Amino acid sequence: MRRTLLIWLVLAVAALAAFGFALATGSTRLPPLELLHALASRENSVAGEIVTQLRLPRALAAFSVGGLLALAGVLMQVLLRNPLADPYVLGLSGGAAVGALGAMLAGLGALAVNFGAAGGALAAILLVFALARRDLARQQIFGALEASPRLLLAGVIMAAGWGAVITLMLTLAPEARLRGMLFWLLGDLNGAESWAPALLVLVLALAVTYPVARDLNVLLRGEALAHALGVRVALLRRLIYVVASAATALAVTTAGTIGFVGLVVPHALRLALGNDQRMLVPASALAGGTLLLLSDTVARSLLAPQQLPVGVITALVGAPAFMLLLMRNPGKA
Amino acid sequence: MSAPLLEVQDLVLGVGARTLVRALSFCLRAGEVWCMLGPNGAGKTTFLHTVVGLREPQGGVVRLAGRALGDWPAAGAAQQRGFLPQTFHDAFSASVIESVMLGRHPYLSRWHWEGEEERDIASAALRAVDLAGFEQRDVLTLSGGERQRVALAAVLAQDAPLLLLDEPVSHLDLHHQVLVLEHLLGLARGRGKGVLFTVHDLNLAARFASHALLLTSQGTVRQGEIGDVMSEPALRETYGHGVTRIEAAGRVLFVPD
Repeated sequence: MRRTLLIWLVLAVAALAAFGFALATGSTRLPPLELLHALASRENSVAGEIVTQLRLPRALAAFSVGGLLALAGVLMQVLLRNPLADPYVLGLSGGAAVGALGAMLAGLGALAVNFGAAGGALAAILLVFALARRDLARQQIFGALEASPRLLLAGVIMAAGWGAVITLMLTLAPEARLRGMLFWLLGDLNGAESWAPALLVLVLALAVTYPVARDLNVLLRGEALAHALGVRVALLRRLIYVVASAATALAVTTAGTIGFVGLVVPHALRLALGNDQRMLVPASALAGGTLLLLSDTVARSLLAPQQLPVGVITALVGAPAFMLLLMRNPGKA
Repeated sequence: MSAPLLEVQDLVLGVGARTLVRALSFCLRAGEVWCMLGPNGAGKTTFLHTVVGLREPQGGVVRLAGRALGDWPAAGAAQQRGFLPQTFHDAFSASVIESVMLGRHPYLSRWHWEGEEERDIASAALRAVDLAGFEQRDVLTLSGGERQRVALAAVLAQDAPLLLLDEPVSHLDLHHQVLVLEHLLGLARGRGKGVLFTVHDLNLAARFASHALLLTSQGTVRQGEIGDVMSEPALRETYGHGVTRIEAAGRVLFVPD
């Protein structure tokens, strides 16, 4: 317990530091003192305006989206009992992308794109739920006590179907729109001002997940064992699915399909800190948020004024870091 | 006399359209050690899954400590019976002690973190299965038999009055088979626990069980005290294979023909 609190504290401090870095970095660089001054003065100065009107909303959006993705990753990995699961494994991002790209293709505005993404994500969630309803809701566990092949299969097939539609849309899209569509697909926080819903859902998802985190530990050992230990397996699995889906849907709606965070943050924390979901659920949210916030700051400042898609940065930084971690812990995975 | 730990009445077991067992009635009381014998596919695991509540019976009633299985709250049932599945599959690493402490899950409130007490119970359970010193090992690095003993330790840590064990000794070496079954027998005699386990080794069954439940592939059932039930004709009928009973070194032994 004390160790867990310490982990959370360190990650929270790291998150704060990342916020400081993000708010200070950009075309107008602000040293720490000036940053504090700008935050205090709010709209009364140019620096204050830049920080509170431009950088802070984007930083909050980046942090919330990163937290949502990492949390959804933890939950999907538990739901499927598969360390390779990520928030998009059940095809949710594909549905969201089809909705968002459809709105872009129709030449609609940013708001419609968000609605398109949310609608597409919801459609994907419902479709997988319908396809794998028996699997998600099963009270009975037959013969083999392996993890959910049906749910995973339904998700993988859905993802393939959405992928085909996305490719078709990209092929048909006029040149002028293609760049925006590609950026959306790679994940892009440019113009992501609506941080409030993402942050709200992140807090809600944590509030729902944390109390059942020990049940998640038990569930990870297998459904039959979890049942024998008094976990209401069917109810818990449905709860995880709904929370993970809502978290992913909000993340995708806010910032497009940013890859990597949801897969690697939970897994890296598992490798480095252990596999207690009570520690992992809040820790992943903090670490995921921090990682995406840092990545986004780098993405918008590295080749400024050119902005890079943040998904490229998360993968470029994350992949080598994860490889190092794997090499340091041989035999664990 | 208090209610039996486990009671089933007219239980019908089937998988899909195939009926495995028709109208099984059975009663297990505190202090009894039941072995369940039968050929592959006779319905031993299906029976265990049904009384654990992992699947609905096709007919009949299951009562746990006098109360219908469906009327138990999930955590209450978990304090009443422990279950060891036949197979498990670990995708994620965890230390042995964490794995065993999960057995305390039904007793802990939502906000409680495992502490000294749970650690002591888990360590004692590990000693009982001869895994003292394995506390910090990662379950993914263990051998099959060690992994099975960790799972068994978790069931022991759960400390329920009724233990339902699906092939608890199938992966164990000879020494640990005897050690584990002796411990279970001690729990039944010393602390009045009820044990029901499936096993394919007739000699282990005859040596450690007080009662036997025989399922045949035709769906017939024999049950009763071990000495009465484990006879040559009954075993031949059960397995469809001849068995010779001999007495040697003060023990009853069964040798397949």
